[in-house]
Amino acid sequence: MRTMVPEKPKGFAWLVVGAAALWMGLAILLPLVSVFVEAFRQGAAAYFASFQDPDAQAAIKLTLQVALVAVPLNALFGLAAAWLIAKFEFAGKGLLLTLIDLPFSLSPVISGLVWVLVFGANGWFGPLLDQLGVRIIFTYTGILLATILVTFPFVARELIPLMQAQGTDEETAAVTLGAGGRDIVWRVTLPNIAWALVYGVLLCNARAMGEFGAVSVVSGHIRGLTDTMPLHVEALYNDYNFVAAFAVASLLAGLALVTLAVKTLLEWRFSSELASGARR
Amino acid sequence: MALTLSLPRLREPSVLPGFWPALGFTVAYLSLIVLIPLAALIARPWEHGLADFWRTVTDSRVLAALRLSFGAAFIASLVNLVMGLITAWALVRYDFPGRRLLDAMVDVPFALPTAVAGIALATLYAPNGWIGALLAPLGVKVAYTPLGVLVALIAVGLPFIVRSVQPVLQDLDAEIEEAALTLGAGRWRRIRTVVLPAVAPALVTGFSLAFARAVGEYGSVIFIAGNMPLRSEIAPLLIVIKLSQFDYAGAAAVGLAMLVLSFAALLVINIGQALLLRRGR
Repeated sequence: MRTMVPEKPKGFAWLVVGAAALWMGLAILLPLVSVFVEAFRQGAAAYFASFQDPDAQAAIKLTLQVALVAVPLNALFGLAAAWLIAKFEFAGKGLLLTLIDLPFSLSPVISGLVWVLVFGANGWFGPLLDQLGVRIIFTYTGILLATILVTFPFVARELIPLMQAQGTDEETAAVTLGAGGRDIVWRVTLPNIAWALVYGVLLCNARAMGEFGAVSVVSGHIRGLTDTMPLHVEALYNDYNFVAAFAVASLLAGLALVTLAVKTLLEWRFSSELASGARR
Repeated sequence: MALTLSLPRLREPSVLPGFWPALGFTVAYLSLIVLIPLAALIARPWEHGLADFWRTVTDSRVLAALRLSFGAAFIASLVNLVMGLITAWALVRYDFPGRRLLDAMVDVPFALPTAVAGIALATLYAPNGWIGALLAPLGVKVAYTPLGVLVALIAVGLPFIVRSVQPVLQDLDAEIEEAALTLGAGRWRRIRTVVLPAVAPALVTGFSLAFARAVGEYGSVIFIAGNMPLRSEIAPLLIVIKLSQFDYAGAAAVGLAMLVLSFAALLVINIGQALLLRRGR
């Protein structure tokens, strides 16, 4: 089978290319550019002054603290789940795969709501936690749990198809040669999946830092305390403090652009070592 | 020995270590993070009785919000179906300057935080914004109307269709198309009889992904929607409002209704896709 080679557009083709470019410009490029234009509307000094605000700094710090715990936990889960699913045959595997994907089909608001139903003041464990003096909703812990739920499948989804495609031959050979569990993981499996792991962690991190709906439900919106960066953007915007809102938003937009640049680089350089390369 | 062989085998033997620890951690983490919280979503809408649940989900404000979320998601995905196919076609078939950049840009909505997209769109389409100012003389209001919800959902769903269709277009056999060309089929006939049937299943997949995402979308919508009850209030926002009134059962009821409706919609789409595939064979 031979596939089409991209050709130089002419005539009708320019119409298609023009429509696509116009569409992308309108739906993607314009909003992206406007973030930076609005952020710098009153000059660079006003832009940088936005980050002197202690509440903005607290929001940046909180976002980093949440991602720093949520991403490694989900990466660890992704590794365990992928090892289990790709290297062993057992009953119930299909169900397990479905359940791992489930958080992708939840509205972000529902991913926050469920934690309130479990740990909120009127939640299942609310009264018990109250007696123990533990608070989860409207604190760091609640924000962390909501973020973990939203970003739950990212690393697993990246590793499972790749490790399934790689099979068990190399690990089995290592066992035959007398390698123990730790040697197999560190010297056989991890080197084989290193770039896919980086890829999954990258996407997981971008979502963890940018999540809005789920954390909005569990945070309580206490400025300087439980506002993450996206929530702080909302608070500033609702105060009509547009320059500051877009300044903080520009950091998040920058994070998204860096994420995409690294992602494109990984796909281009290591496509054969990524599951997404096989999918494309 | 004979006894163990006759039992259904739950696990194939393997020489590799780590099955039990991996299983234990995976199941424990999954239960803690996904299953227990979701159990609350399924259990709690009923705590004031079935009648109360029904009253909540058939309340006119809830119905209006569900209609808006699902209706706007459907229309937005239809728009993306057409524009996504055109975009994928341009990216695969034509070698034009800036093609790689355009290709990379498709993923922006996947990576851009929804709150950032939300305030950007609200500012662009506000009556004094870059696009809003152009539309205002025509009498078209986008921001703070249901049309704003649609614009936000289109922006969010754009990559799904492009990324579903692109690989299929790439792998399309050139010889079939050339055969059609040799047989004298015109451009539209070629597209209709050769290209569209081949990409149809991928189009449906992309549509359902975009639809599922748009139904639950919150961050990019609430800034541009205006959030007027009965008019431009989306279902996820209603959950937030009910929670702020400590109406846990009501919030859970709306959440469960959203989940059931979107699974039903996806089921219908999947059945349609299966029929499509069978006809294609």
